[in-house]
Amino acid sequence: MSLPKNLLSLRGVRKAYGDNVVLDGMDLEVAAGECVVLIGASGSGKSTLLRCVNLLETVDDGVIELAGADITDPRVDADKVRSGIGIVFQAYNLFPHLTVLDNITLAPIRVHRVPRDAARARAMEMLERVGLADKAAAKPDELSGGQQQRAAIARAMVNSPQLMLLDEVTSALDPELVGEVLDLLRELKSEGMTMLVCTHEMAFARDVADQVCFLHHGRPLEIGPPAQVLDAPREARTQEFLRRVSGTTGR
Amino acid sequence: MTTWQPSELQRERIAYRRRQARRSTVIALVSSVILLALVVVGIGSTPGWPRVRATFFDVHRGWEALPVVAEGLWLNVRVMLVCAVLIVVFGLTLAIMRTSRGPIFFPLRVFAAAYTDVFRGLPLLLVIFLLGFGVPALQLRGLPNQAVIWGGAALVLTYSSYVAEVFRAGIESVHPSQRAAARSLGLSYRQTLRFVVLPQAVRRVLPPLLNDFVSLQKDSGLIAVLGVIDAIRAAQLETAEDFNFTPYVVAGLLFVALTIPLTRLTDYVARRQGWYGGGGGPV
Ligand SMILES: Nc1ncnc2c1ncn2[C@@H]1O[C@H](COP(=O)(O)OP(=O)(O)OP(=O)(O)O)[C@@H](O)[C@H]1O
Ligand SMILES: [Mg+2]
Repeated sequence: MSLPKNLLSLRGVRKAYGDNVVLDGMDLEVAAGECVVLIGASGSGKSTLLRCVNLLETVDDGVIELAGADITDPRVDADKVRSGIGIVFQAYNLFPHLTVLDNITLAPIRVHRVPRDAARARAMEMLERVGLADKAAAKPDELSGGQQQRAAIARAMVNSPQLMLLDEVTSALDPELVGEVLDLLRELKSEGMTMLVCTHEMAFARDVADQVCFLHHGRPLEIGPPAQVLDAPREARTQEFLRRVSGTTGR
Repeated sequence: MTTWQPSELQRERIAYRRRQARRSTVIALVSSVILLALVVVGIGSTPGWPRVRATFFDVHRGWEALPVVAEGLWLNVRVMLVCAVLIVVFGLTLAIMRTSRGPIFFPLRVFAAAYTDVFRGLPLLLVIFLLGFGVPALQLRGLPNQAVIWGGAALVLTYSSYVAEVFRAGIESVHPSQRAAARSLGLSYRQTLRFVVLPQAVRRVLPPLLNDFVSLQKDSGLIAVLGVIDAIRAAQLETAEDFNFTPYVVAGLLFVALTIPLTRLTDYVARRQGWYGGGGGPV
């Protein structure tokens, strides 16, 4: 066996909810430092894929390897795997009873046993980065959609994960905030963060992605650099999807 | 920062709102006074009123009974406080058992379900009799035999089942995405429960929980059947002397006086902390 060259690799992953087969023999390779963007129609299984990688769902078949270790093995410590992966959910899922700062420090203090002061200092650094330092004491309900989004990104980043999973991080934002969040992700990428991103934001895909993967019927129908998949798609399905997306967003 | 001065239009609006508010207050006041007057005149003019007043609202008699009844009430308060603590602990434990996952906990889930089914169904008075008369009759050594203790135990057993269901409803009302978010950060099942699920669950069920405790406060009087002298029993003893029911009214007023500040306080705290509502995504 050669050394694993990819940080994340999915082979033949299958996931079904009852009769609804959402992922059907999904293969995907994500190299360290790479940004892979998943596109596909609503309901095509993008969020499901991210949840499987984060072990929030158990796969029905296939293998997911993170840094060469099979994380779909039922013997692995799922909590440990998860703490090395940052995920930002489509609906952010901030904890409403905690302040923004406490949202971010919860895992470092409780899981990683970082002393409280150090955790707070680091959380403030993250908040500074995402431009939310003045909202540290606010509750999530008191934040705008874009601010919640950035708080969720800060929360996911604070554990210094090897891999970030981002689910439609810009779906609820106005164009200006989209720009802000995308700038942040670009910056993360330039620092070498590995990212797997679901998005309908073709501009972002074109700009940041190393690879774009078009999901259709639970499989990657077309994978390749953005110039190929987005600008010269080979498959008829991809062409149709892109036509529809550009029709709705004007891009 | 520029100093903001309300515009002409806004000042007009403020003045209008103030006029409306004043009007509302006056209307509320007038209607209350009229209603009260009608009630007083209505009841006061009934033929039996003087007699009723003498039997139920005898101020002098009430004043006389107050110390005895208040002493009984002090027992209710103590029983209720101690029981409330135990009930919260047991109720929460039962709810956690019942919502636990994984095959190891199967027996716990079954136990919790069976427990709530049984004790929610059994009449409280029956449980009090069973424990209060039944257990001491066994003449087991080492067990206490004061009636208060067994009466309190019966309250705890029964109310734990109600409170467990309230907590369970709260736990289940926390959206699964909250658990997912906590687990995704690496928190274990227990940590997720403790730091994410329970804090949200408890805040949500605070009003129904309080309801149960107000009800407990009143039911704590039932242990009088075991011969304990609480507020109601004290009132009964007083009444037996001269068939004047004023001591009962005194006891009732004292109970009400105890619960009102408690409910108001909880509502106030909960609202101030923003405990009600919330938990949704961005609107
Ligand atoms: N917990 C669940 N139980 C049953 N079915 C589910 C569950 N979660 C997702 N599904 C189904 O799986 C399919 C894929 O859902 P998923 O959320 O992965 O879509 P998506 O690609 O992220 O869509 P979108 O772009 O709208 O976010 C859908 O048909 C959905 O109904
Ligand atoms: Mg989705």
